[in-house]
Amino acid sequence: MRDEMLKDIISEENLVYKKTDLMTDNVLSYCPGCGHGTAHRIIMEVVDEMGLQEETIGIAPVGCSVLAYEFMNIDMQQAAHGRAPALATGIKKTWPEKFVFTYQGDGDLAAIGTAETLHACNRGENILIVFINNGIYGMTGGQMAPTTLSGMKTSTTPFGRDTALMGNPLKITELVAELPGTQFVTRQAVHTPAAVRKAKKAIKKSIELQRSGNSGTTFVEIVSNCNSGWKLPPVQANKWMVENMFPFYPLGDIKVNGELVK
Amino acid sequence: MGELKLMKGNEAIAEAAIRAGVDAYFGYPITPQSEVIEYLSSQKPEERTGMVLLQAESEVASINMVYGAAGSGKKVMTTSSSPGISLMQEGLSYIAGAELPCVVANVVRGGPGLGTIQPSQADYFQATKGGGHGDYKLIVLAPASVQEMADFIPLAFDLAFKYRNPALILSDGMIGQMMEKVELFDQVPRRTEEEIKKTCPWATTGKPKTRERNIITSLYLDPGTQEQHNYKLQKKYRKMEEDEIRYEKIECDDAEYLFVAYGSSARIAQKAIQLGRKKGMKIGLLRPITLYPFPVPQIREMIPRLKGILSVEMSAGQMIEDVRLAVGDKIPAEHFGRLGGIIHSPTEILEALEQKIIGG
Repeated sequence: MRDEMLKDIISEENLVYKKTDLMTDNVLSYCPGCGHGTAHRIIMEVVDEMGLQEETIGIAPVGCSVLAYEFMNIDMQQAAHGRAPALATGIKKTWPEKFVFTYQGDGDLAAIGTAETLHACNRGENILIVFINNGIYGMTGGQMAPTTLSGMKTSTTPFGRDTALMGNPLKITELVAELPGTQFVTRQAVHTPAAVRKAKKAIKKSIELQRSGNSGTTFVEIVSNCNSGWKLPPVQANKWMVENMFPFYPLGDIKVNGELVK
Repeated sequence: MGELKLMKGNEAIAEAAIRAGVDAYFGYPITPQSEVIEYLSSQKPEERTGMVLLQAESEVASINMVYGAAGSGKKVMTTSSSPGISLMQEGLSYIAGAELPCVVANVVRGGPGLGTIQPSQADYFQATKGGGHGDYKLIVLAPASVQEMADFIPLAFDLAFKYRNPALILSDGMIGQMMEKVELFDQVPRRTEEEIKKTCPWATTGKPKTRERNIITSLYLDPGTQEQHNYKLQKKYRKMEEDEIRYEKIECDDAEYLFVAYGSSARIAQKAIQLGRKKGMKIGLLRPITLYPFPVPQIREMIPRLKGILSVEMSAGQMIEDVRLAVGDKIPAEHFGRLGGIIHSPTEILEALEQKIIGG
């Protein structure tokens, strides 16, 4: 009975959603409720829809998404912590026709890799940088990130981030938008179907710009959650993100066609 | 005969890079090797061969640009001097772990720290013992002339691609800065994209439907898998030790005393041999050309005919450890060398032989 029901549900005419072939069948290593899986999927969906599997080279960082190449069915390289934009530069400069992107977390991109990030953007490397910002170091167990909010508790700021000692949360996305080398800079999220659609559109726009040979870096920040690091159940983590992260990291386009959005 | 030119060692590296069909050079200026990137910049390599030239924001970035391009099958290199090479150790460890071919040249200066810009050979340990974290080796070539600065570029790439392992050219500020006659080899064409895909089937060139995805990584979280990966690397290094030792023997046939010296020190030691032989001392020189793999069997083979060995190196005594591993306690083996950017004279070397070995 159950098998028949399943058969009916997955029959061709009832098909409303199908996992893209560009995601492998490997079980995601992310915590339940984490945004990484969705972010992976929308990038791979766009690459699939645009027929670019053979033209795509991705760079995985150090952090929770260190194993991104286990899930994305494309050629990928794993970078040292923070160095992904340098690897992407090396590849894009020598394979200018390929679509090259990095996928990096906040510690990777905005702390240890700040120099590589700023200089790749400043040179206007024609690459896409996808920046997952959840304000915490997920993989190492919930320590303070450069994007950790003021007063936010982490395992290295158990009494809350003291900005007098530890500095202020770094809005690196606004920073790279100031550089002439970036052409499209946007901040998105993947916590609701509507947000996912918008984020996917931003990814698509970035790939189209790179494919058109339009020189300049495209930069898509995705504000995401870390229910393990934040010590909140998935639904509450998303609620906390909307109430606390979004006011400091507001969603929307920051730079379009090389012009800052007013 | 190839084109003859009077060049600095650093310029010879740069010209050889273009002629060897290198796809990209990523570098960062540092004395005493800045002429490499300056010469390349003056040559418009984009126009000459299509070679990419980029001044990176740091040595950390340079080596990671090399890592990226090497992972995608390109023939790619960087150069630096000691403090910059220290910054590259992270990248080199990843590149060795991910088994990628690339070439790095170190035009060594005196250290530690910021040290001095004068020549030194004190980066031997760093070059030959791995340098970064983990169990790995670089193939290390030691040029002793401007000619070899040029010739070792294609040789280093051949070895790097043969073993899918980074190759390091360990030079010093003297060879980098001095000018000598060089016979340049003819231009080698850069490989086409199709040739790269064919000869580097492991490279990230974009996944077609016809093959599995290519992944370049040094991450094997499961310790059992990581151990197997390490065994694979070690097997490769043993193969290098069997097949790739390169060396030169000078006046060794009747030698009772042996200098072991590479690079600049080998040049100076040759003069010391001339001075010593005038005094009736039978001295020879074994010049390791590959510092890794080190010519252990070649030194061992000479031991029965020798009374002693002096390892000559502009360091406090680094290569001497490899010489002693080869020699054991069979005959005396000592070190001599000036430090911190001072170049020893032939007379000093000869005196050291007399005091430490002959009189010792």
